Amino acid sequence: MPFLENGLVVGHTRVSEDIYELEFITPRIASECHPGQFVHIRPSLSSYHPLLRRPLSLYDVDKRLGSITVLYKVVGKGTHLLTRVRTKDYVDVMGPLGRGFTLPGTHKNVLLVGGGVGIAPLVYLARVLREEKCKVQVLHGTENQKQMVAFDKLRQIGVEFMPATADGSAGFKGLVTDLLYKKIDPAEIDFIYACGPEPMMELVAAFADQHGIPGEVSLEEHMACGVGACLGCARKLKAEDEEYVKVCKDGPVFSMDKVKLYKKINGR
Amino acid sequence: MKRGAVNPAPVDMAVKIGKMHLQNPIILASGTFGYGREYEDFIDISNIGALVVKGTTLEKRNGNPPPRIVETPAGMLNAIGLENPGIEVFLNEHLPYLRERGVAVIANIAGNTVEEYAAIASLIERQTGIVGIELNISCPNVKKGGLQFGTDPEMVYQVVDAVKGETSLPVIPKLSPNVTDIVEIAKAAEAGGADALSMINTLMGMAVDIEKRKPVLGNIFGGLSGPAIKPVALRMVYQVYREVNLPIIGGGGIMNYIDALEFIMVGATAVSIGTANFISPCIARDILEDLKGYLRQHKLGSIRELVGAAVQE
Ligand SMILES: Cc1cc2nc3c(=O)[nH]c(=O)nc-3n(C[C@H](O)[C@H](O)[C@H](O)COP(=O)(O)OP(=O)(O)OC[C@H]3O[C@@H](n4cnc5c(N)ncnc54)[C@H](O)[C@@H]3O)c2cc1C
Ligand SMILES: Cc1cc2nc3c(=O)[nH]c(=O)nc-3n(C[C@H](O)[C@H](O)[C@H](O)COP(=O)(O)O)c2cc1C
Ligand code: FES
Repeated sequence: MPFLENGLVVGHTRVSEDIYELEFITPRIASECHPGQFVHIRPSLSSYHPLLRRPLSLYDVDKRLGSITVLYKVVGKGTHLLTRVRTKDYVDVMGPLGRGFTLPGTHKNVLLVGGGVGIAPLVYLARVLREEKCKVQVLHGTENQKQMVAFDKLRQIGVEFMPATADGSAGFKGLVTDLLYKKIDPAEIDFIYACGPEPMMELVAAFADQHGIPGEVSLEEHMACGVGACLGCARKLKAEDEEYVKVCKDGPVFSMDKVKLYKKINGR
Repeated sequence: MKRGAVNPAPVDMAVKIGKMHLQNPIILASGTFGYGREYEDFIDISNIGALVVKGTTLEKRNGNPPPRIVETPAGMLNAIGLENPGIEVFLNEHLPYLRERGVAVIANIAGNTVEEYAAIASLIERQTGIVGIELNISCPNVKKGGLQFGTDPEMVYQVVDAVKGETSLPVIPKLSPNVTDIVEIAKAAEAGGADALSMINTLMGMAVDIEKRKPVLGNIFGGLSGPAIKPVALRMVYQVYREVNLPIIGGGGIMNYIDALEFIMVGATAVSIGTANFISPCIARDILEDLKGYLRQHKLGSIRELVGAAVQE
């Protein structure tokens, strides 16, 4: 069940040029969190511009402490305002919202593929999968080594981590999907999860499809309510679909075989 | 015991809109609160004056292509395209839930012809739980070349008159602000037999993506809502209150009790809360409590004393 809670900010760090990690205490929300769900945060408590909340994935959750951490990239007005929040301030948080990832069961071999800040939901997922005694491999693609911001957390969680950078400053030089196709043995994988740019997710889904591996992706759409009331976050999962899904309520996580992303649909 | 400390003095929040008796003047606006269920974890709607459900048509509609919403300065544009499951599904699957909650439900209906409006109204008649019918007249009339019902006084008259013929429930046309003379439209609704007026619906607008060099919304145009439209909405309620003798449900950009009071003081008997629900799902309850506080502070017995208080002779 979701809640509306004022979260005491206990940490806010710039982890890369334009990427921040924000941790706040919202015990009721934290206690209900499942990987893949999101929180809806007001960028400013006192201003009407920007007006709407911003959806951000659960990057990490500590249920004992009652804290949630989000990882966000500054892209516009809302995320820019969010950078001004300081430790001991309060943030207005709604959550957890949406339908999260399906867990494959214990002792499975799981592959997570993240692009850019799309790594965010996969980190909390990795933590829960490790608690389920799964063997977790994480591929993370970024522009350069500086953006490889989830490395410490993932190491602490205990995953096999393989970075890919466009400029070759860390790990594999090239796209994370090239790394996937070149280096991953599909026979060893029971389940795949992906989050990142849609062309990337499309290639991961194609890989999963080729090898008959089940998987899930996390999608984005502009949101107002975040709870299925406004019908604003509608999109089609495949060009041929007649009906729209609501990303906030039916998703943001969808089964890979239900989506066809790279076709020019949804106004993109 | 100190007065007011533990049990604050009771204040009378009840209002009457046509034949509708509401426990308080707070109304949740159509399309911003779904069918109530979506927000059940956040707010107890049984304490709210009324809930106007999502605009409903005779047949199911899938709605507009995305993107459907875009944030704008102090507001947002939406082009949902009246996505809804159709009147039958609403009556069978959503109304029973709302009935159980004990909230007064105002149906919001839309159609492409006068006959469609009348047909939906006749299906709603005799459904317990529904206390009124709001007519969304910001819809294209397919028989009149797609001209919006709400922009033409003659069509407004016809659609109100036709719906009145099908129902004994209070009929409340929701006026579109996208007109030159709102008073003329309000008078046409009054002549058609409207029991009350709801105003305002969204203001037509658009936004452009300069990188893609195209309109942002899949539908190109969308309806502007939120704080940005409040001054326009207030002006229109004021004008109509002076000229038309019908109760008004006023709204457009209400974010707090001060905004709500502004609407009441220019002539609204009740206020509708829309976009603000997206920002704070408990806002309707907060505004209600703050309004009570204002009444106590100013030693007023009833919210009704303030209706039209700021309207000049
Ligand atoms: C379920 C979900 C989870 C997300 N998780 C993360 C995360 O963990 N880390 C992260 O950095 N970003 C995440 N995003 C994207 C993030 O919500 C946007 O980057 C953010 O809303 C941009 O706000 P802005 O004001 O800075 O940008 P602006 O472009 O100024 O925002 C204008 C409007 O567009 C919306 N918007 C812009 N970009 C997006 C987008 N990509 N997705 C959805 N709405 C958008 C904003 O919410 C706002 O309403 C997530 C999006 C969704 C839907
Ligand atoms: C996402 C969204 C959907 C809406 N859908 C409807 C609708 O189906 N029928 C209707 O009469 N008004 C609809 N409206 C208009 C609102 O009910 C309200 O009149 C308008 O938004 C102005 O009030 P506000 O500024 O408080 O939101 C919608 C508004 C929004 C933002
Ligand atoms: S954001 Fe309102 S329905 Fe998804």
